[in-house]
Amino acid sequence: MSIVVENATKKFGDFLALEDVSITVPEGSLTALLGPSGSGKSTLLRTIAGLEELDEGRVLISGDEVTRQPVQQRGVGFVFQHYAAFKHMTVRENIAFGLRIRKVPRDEIKKRVKHLMRLVQLQGLAHRYPSQLSGGQRQRMALARALAVEPEVLLLDEPFGALDAKVRQELRAWLRRLHDEVHVTTIFVTHDQEEAMDVAEQIVVMNEGRIEQAGPPVDLYEHPSSEFVMGFVGPVNQLGDRFIRPHDIDIRHVPDPRSEEAQIERIVHLGFEVRIELALGDGKHVWAQLTKAQVEELELDEGEIVYLRPRRQRVFNGSGEPSTAEQPLAAS
Amino acid sequence: MRPDARRFGRPPVTDEELEVDAGGTARMRANPGRAGRLGLRFFALGYLALLLLIPVVMIFIRTFDEGIGAAFDAVTTPEAQHAFYLTFLMVAIAVPLNTVFGVLAALVLVRQRFRGRAILNTVIDIPFAISPIVIGLSLILVYGRDGWFGQWFIDQGIQIIFSVPGMVLATIFVSLPFVVREVQPVLQEIGDEQEQAASTLGANWWQTFWRVTLPAIRWGVAYGVVLSTARALGEFGAVSVVSGNISGRTETLPLFVSKEFEQFDIAGAYAASVVLAILAVTTLLLMNRLRPKEESL
Repeated sequence: MSIVVENATKKFGDFLALEDVSITVPEGSLTALLGPSGSGKSTLLRTIAGLEELDEGRVLISGDEVTRQPVQQRGVGFVFQHYAAFKHMTVRENIAFGLRIRKVPRDEIKKRVKHLMRLVQLQGLAHRYPSQLSGGQRQRMALARALAVEPEVLLLDEPFGALDAKVRQELRAWLRRLHDEVHVTTIFVTHDQEEAMDVAEQIVVMNEGRIEQAGPPVDLYEHPSSEFVMGFVGPVNQLGDRFIRPHDIDIRHVPDPRSEEAQIERIVHLGFEVRIELALGDGKHVWAQLTKAQVEELELDEGEIVYLRPRRQRVFNGSGEPSTAEQPLAAS
Repeated sequence: MRPDARRFGRPPVTDEELEVDAGGTARMRANPGRAGRLGLRFFALGYLALLLLIPVVMIFIRTFDEGIGAAFDAVTTPEAQHAFYLTFLMVAIAVPLNTVFGVLAALVLVRQRFRGRAILNTVIDIPFAISPIVIGLSLILVYGRDGWFGQWFIDQGIQIIFSVPGMVLATIFVSLPFVVREVQPVLQEIGDEQEQAASTLGANWWQTFWRVTLPAIRWGVAYGVVLSTARALGEFGAVSVVSGNISGRTETLPLFVSKEFEQFDIAGAYAASVVLAILAVTTLLLMNRLRPKEESL
């Protein structure tokens, strides 16, 4: 079931939360809405669900306009950042809630709930209350509850935002596998670019109520259309109007005509990755990302003078294509 | 949580606080030496005993001075029985009405933003702020013979003032804020995400309220009901003004006690007081038993 949003505009008082936003989410896909807080990504998700009403624009779910339809009739599953678990109900009752509302026969409910509990790996916890579950378990319960009514689309609002890093990682992988299994059109909101890249097939980057860029993760990373996208989907060094990814900086011991002198200020070992913090002649700071092996081979030391050469850099000039030419790092 | 929201009565207590209550000050985190702790405990308990416990106990002792039989006789006269009946009637009408209104008002105040919300919020406190006598007089101004609606009602053959309907109105008036004020903070605390989740799952307003909101606020409601009941049982001032104190007709239990006392029938006054006190204390104890042990509010 595809989702289409056309020219959506939404104001909260004077605050413009969405400004002429249009997106298309293909049927069966897994799409991330990525952006900083206040970028409008949650508002967009909530207008698709019908939890917020649009001031202007349209929402279509599998071709049918639902803009004025109440949330109950839109056939969406929604998962909240803080789980929104029904605290006075057991896991089983939580998951069965939507089915009870729909007056599904008892036997059928029993069967469906059992299946879903297995799907979200909560077997044996049917009679627990949410307060007796871990954060990750609660969120999986919330997901099962949303899936129970067999929604046309699944919407997740920062679903892993309240969980610690390790659980988050596990749940991401699990969500991807679940999506392969259930294959419901899914949109999830996140402010974590790594999470978006890890899970989504398509990423929509939002900023200040507008869409900056939409596309597959690799496209966004390799061909960002603006400084904002480049800075948001990965680490970046900014020098004047030029943007360089830290892993696009080569470090050498001997100068050449196109290299730039710099002093190593600090070497940070992060396991496989090593971060080299450098000061340029004009006092600007950049950092380069190298592998452990590269650093060992180069025998770099703090305080040493080295020569930098960017393999690739970008200049954004309004709407024009970014330059990808190799240029010396410092302005000539 | 709004500081004023829990001003009235005791807030729903969490397990943690309960432990401090039950186990004494010894479990408090700040550890002010043994002497200090004992002193604090002695002061708190002594203060409570002097002001609350001893007077109530004295009533019990005096009542049974002349034996249980005498006390029983004093509260089983026809007049006393009618007073019991009227008091129960007040509770039976005022408390359900205040509960329904209280929950609705709390929902409106917490979940909706509208002009005049602050005013409504203040208006709800009026019964606490104004002396019950004044409330009674104001009811006479509205429903009395010369009042705004009074003549109209009398034309319909309904007498409000100096009659049971007026007493019911007065009781509703004075016990109105309890449920609102107990439910409001709980609603605020649970937020509306559960309600939104219910709506995405297909539940309409009523289903959401009945299956999600109400169970989530039930302890707030229960506590509000208990406080309302206690107040409705004991209300004297407002009811006294609008009732006309007609013995055997418009006399509730507190009015009965007062009259007995004024007529130097001390034994009767004390006996009826004891019954009143037992009723109120039973309500509170019932609440304590009901209070959730595991679930945190």
